[in-house]
Amino acid sequence: MNEALPLWVYLSEEPLTWLTVTVIAYAIADRLAAAVGRHPAANPVVVSAVLVIGLLQVTGTPFRTYFEGAQFVHFMLGPATVALAVPLVQNRVLVRRSFKPILAALLAGSVTAVTCAILIGWALGLPSDVLASLAPKSVTTPIAMGIASALGGIPALTAVLVILTGIIGAIAVTPLMNVMGMKDMRARGFAAGVAAHGIGTARAFQVDPVAGAFAGVGMALNGALTALLVPLAFLLFSAF
Amino acid sequence: MINAIALLLGCQLIGEIIVRLVGLPVPGPVVGAALLCAGLLVRRRVSPTLDTTARTILSNLSLLFVPAAVGVVEHRELFLTHGFALVAALVVSTVMALAAAALAFRWVAGE
Repeated sequence: MNEALPLWVYLSEEPLTWLTVTVIAYAIADRLAAAVGRHPAANPVVVSAVLVIGLLQVTGTPFRTYFEGAQFVHFMLGPATVALAVPLVQNRVLVRRSFKPILAALLAGSVTAVTCAILIGWALGLPSDVLASLAPKSVTTPIAMGIASALGGIPALTAVLVILTGIIGAIAVTPLMNVMGMKDMRARGFAAGVAAHGIGTARAFQVDPVAGAFAGVGMALNGALTALLVPLAFLLFSAF
Repeated sequence: MINAIALLLGCQLIGEIIVRLVGLPVPGPVVGAALLCAGLLVRRRVSPTLDTTARTILSNLSLLFVPAAVGVVEHRELFLTHGFALVAALVVSTVMALAAAALAFRWVAGE
């Protein structure tokens, strides 16, 4: 113990430890997801996060220390977003041919996400700063946080709501689409991208490459539309 | 592999520069993706290495959200006062948005 303690002090502060923990937790979660046939409930984001959170609690490690290692993984979100251009170009004929359904689904999904969230939140008595943090939750974190702070919301709360929305959407999309008898992978993927941004897109790529490509399109388009729509919805809403 | 990574990072960097110069309200990587998309459409082909690299990254996209998901616990106090209302709004609005988007897609696609 006397020798192990300084070693642990070193390891617990070392970014390498927490980077390794993140990757191993994901490897375990991914293997588990594969073992249950990619069942939506075995979502790799949730399983990995639960494993990591458990370890942080047991070792009493603060999130800031954890993130010094995990930031290298987090950083890869940028290049991964750029990489979404590749499946989009590879499926360009299918995407171009689906132009009208894409526009319709974008409008329907985006308006539904924003208005439902605001109306339910308002009916359940959420104050206006929380509503402003909630409204842009279906889009990717940097866009959502920008919208929230412009409307007087709490960007930190928005970041949390965005992640939870992504997880809810990624878990719900497969059973919901099956119940609806939705067989078109373009529609399934696009809906996942519009309603549940990158985490929904990650789920779509696990299910089907065409669904993944359409999810990427949905995520990008909804980011742009929500940036226009949410301030407009807030203007209308506060007029009543 | 290295060429593909350099291309992805380069597009992101140019995207970040454009966002800052023009003051666009979108994240740099989104502009980077648009640039890569335009470039690939002009060249009319995706190199096998870029294809493999993009495929590898995107098939493990879930990994990249793990640090942010772990961070949710950091803000659990935000849920103490409005937890139920927030979770209800999130679950219902997300399920409704999924259904609305998919139904609109199928309706216009005419199936």
